[in-house]
Amino acid sequence: MKSMFGKILGGVAATMVAFSAAAADTVKVGILHSLSGTMAISETSLKDVLLFTFDEINKSGGVKVGGKPYMIEPVVVDPASNWPLFAEKAKQLLEQDKVAVVFGCWTSVSRKSVLPVFEQNNGLLFYPVQYEGEELSKNIFYTAEAVNQQAIPAVDYMLGEGKKKFYLLGSDYVYPRTTNKILKQYLKLKGIPDSDIEEIYTPFGHTDYQTIVASIKKFAAGGKATVISTLNGDTNVPFFKEFANAGLTSENCPVVSFSISEDEFRGLPAKELQGHLGCWTYFMSIKSPENSKFVKDFMAWLKAPKVTGTSYNVTGIDAKGRVTCSPMNLSRMGVYLWKQAVEKAGSFEVDKVRTALIGQKFKGPAGEVTMQENHHLVNNVFIGETLPNGQFKIIKTFNGVAAEPFSEKFLK
Amino acid sequence: MTRFLNKKESLILAIVSFLILVVLPCLNAFVPKESFFHVSDFTINVYGKYLCYAVLALGVNLLWGYTGLLSLGQCLFFALGGYALGMHLMLMIGKLGQYQKDIPDFMVFLEFETKYAETGGLPPHWMPFRSIWFAVLMVIVVPAVVAYIFGFLAFRSRIKGVYFSILSQALTYAACLMFFRNDFTFGGNNGLTDFKFILGADINTPETKRWLFIASGVLLLSVYLLCRWLTSTKFGLIQRAIRDSENRVLFSGYATAHFKLFVFVLSAVICAVGGALYVPQVGIINPSEMSTDKSLEAVVWCAVGGRSTLIGPMIGAISVNALKSWATRAFAEQWLFMLGGMFIFVVLFMPNGIVGLPAQLKALKARYIDRKKSGEEPAPVDATEPAPATKSAD
Repeated sequence: MKSMFGKILGGVAATMVAFSAAAADTVKVGILHSLSGTMAISETSLKDVLLFTFDEINKSGGVKVGGKPYMIEPVVVDPASNWPLFAEKAKQLLEQDKVAVVFGCWTSVSRKSVLPVFEQNNGLLFYPVQYEGEELSKNIFYTAEAVNQQAIPAVDYMLGEGKKKFYLLGSDYVYPRTTNKILKQYLKLKGIPDSDIEEIYTPFGHTDYQTIVASIKKFAAGGKATVISTLNGDTNVPFFKEFANAGLTSENCPVVSFSISEDEFRGLPAKELQGHLGCWTYFMSIKSPENSKFVKDFMAWLKAPKVTGTSYNVTGIDAKGRVTCSPMNLSRMGVYLWKQAVEKAGSFEVDKVRTALIGQKFKGPAGEVTMQENHHLVNNVFIGETLPNGQFKIIKTFNGVAAEPFSEKFLK
Repeated sequence: MTRFLNKKESLILAIVSFLILVVLPCLNAFVPKESFFHVSDFTINVYGKYLCYAVLALGVNLLWGYTGLLSLGQCLFFALGGYALGMHLMLMIGKLGQYQKDIPDFMVFLEFETKYAETGGLPPHWMPFRSIWFAVLMVIVVPAVVAYIFGFLAFRSRIKGVYFSILSQALTYAACLMFFRNDFTFGGNNGLTDFKFILGADINTPETKRWLFIASGVLLLSVYLLCRWLTSTKFGLIQRAIRDSENRVLFSGYATAHFKLFVFVLSAVICAVGGALYVPQVGIINPSEMSTDKSLEAVVWCAVGGRSTLIGPMIGAISVNALKSWATRAFAEQWLFMLGGMFIFVVLFMPNGIVGLPAQLKALKARYIDRKKSGEEPAPVDATEPAPATKSAD
């Protein structure tokens, strides 16, 4: 009896799928980002920018395969910040909706959760958020910053500024742990002794940073110290408040954060972080014709959101105080690289697209990116100083840094 | 079986079991994909998951619906069971992980190779989990022990009602925070994932998923029969007496704490076994399964399906999750409002859930006819009068 109920539901879902498949000349593309739950605050922006990009492509004639244009039809699901549900939704997108490609995931754990699904079904996933590396699946393309495109350049910059002591502070999960493990090895190679490196982790949602800030103050007393922060989300507020209270500033002990972008400043008070540094492959403040067009078009789209050429109804867009940030830019880069590869391969077939993707170049808002054989990008890296309005002033650029997911290869 | 199930019930149960355990898997395995009657691998996989949720709901309901103990922490046991089996599955990956080492990936990046050098990087308490039998034993033993200790302390101190609920919630939250810590050696935030083999079979193939679905069905059936039998015995009667008026039972000379402790441990084991079968089907177990909202969700399933019955929680678990699966795809932006609205409706207007609906409609109809007949004030028939809770157990 109970299974009958489900069958009916399944039947309804199947009919809906069959119905939408009837529209001709479209290609289904999945969006797998949490729209509810703890990650919604970050991931909703990526869903928005993906829909915007689909609209952009459809307006300019869609994806052309064999001389025939295909409109991108989004299939949006909500994995609700629930990791097993990520796997289920990925399965649904690949097996039921038979999407050509999926753009999605934010946290490493969500990516780990869907990885077996993509490998089993030979699907294609584009992952746009900076991560710890040490992974290479033939079914995933990582447009995100690898450790050597974010942490290593940041440390290089600090070494160049004459910093000699490094305090590695992070939330207790896989990305900070792995990043710091790599950084420790890297710093050792650069001749920093163990005694000048501190490493500490705090749980998610930690609010009491008094002890830690006191120890940072002691650590920084002799000068030439810096904090490398991989703290996540809300915990940054109490940390930076305590940091300022203790009399520490960006002058006597700068903090480089890897998890705070423009989009996070919609929820965090940027004033508390003024003068501290961020390191990404894109900043909203980049001056290039591509970027001003991207920002302008995106802001206009938010006011009248739609996906041209499809019946998809865009809902739930918050147009107030919107910004662009690195994961958003990288999501968009992923879509364009996929489009180019499909057009080159002349097919939506995953195996052909995968081969065609290697070597694809695209000139985006932050300069040209190239997809390498290791499924990661060659990209420009920027270091920016936080301004009180939540933007970054770019103070250093590293051109054409090739991402390398496995640390043993760049720690030689 | 005939003792506690009448003929009609046995027949229905046999038919439903046959449909779930034989017909559905056969439609998946032998009917060609193009056929209308084909059941997709996806359906089998998600329904296997729901069957495990139904086991969890039965565990919650044995406590709540039958003994009056509202535990908001049963997912702790569900997750503990999952972790125990997950640990075994982690060790079965072998060298197929990203780092191609003998130990699971997360142990490599946490530098366990230097921390636990004498055992080759594997923490000592992980060693025996190489054996599936040990893992299965732990699926039962660990949650039982945790439940026994917590239950012993709680019931001996006569902690009841809302205080018990809050404590159980605190317990699972504390465990969740503990498992989040990477130093706790259970994979931290990422938990255990990327399983490759179970009992030597590739865990991601449709065949394995089908067998796991059948196993979940068998488990649900066994747990249902166990609960059905238990609630029909004298023990079940005392259980319900405790629910309705614990003091009277106490003054009649029964040590209610012992009864409650037994039910609590049994419920924990039921949840844990459900969790153990859940993990290979979804492919991941991590601390967020222990978060308090998961346990609350399980209580909601019981409420939606109808507590104080055994069928209700199963229907609730399966239907709410099926609805969620469907709505997160069909109404990705609005599904939370839909589900939330439904829960509010159920709580306000359907106190006996889905299974109580026929009785409720009957009562409404009777009232309507009454009013028509007399043309006066309606007879004071309470539409929300609880359905006879003991009916299904008699």
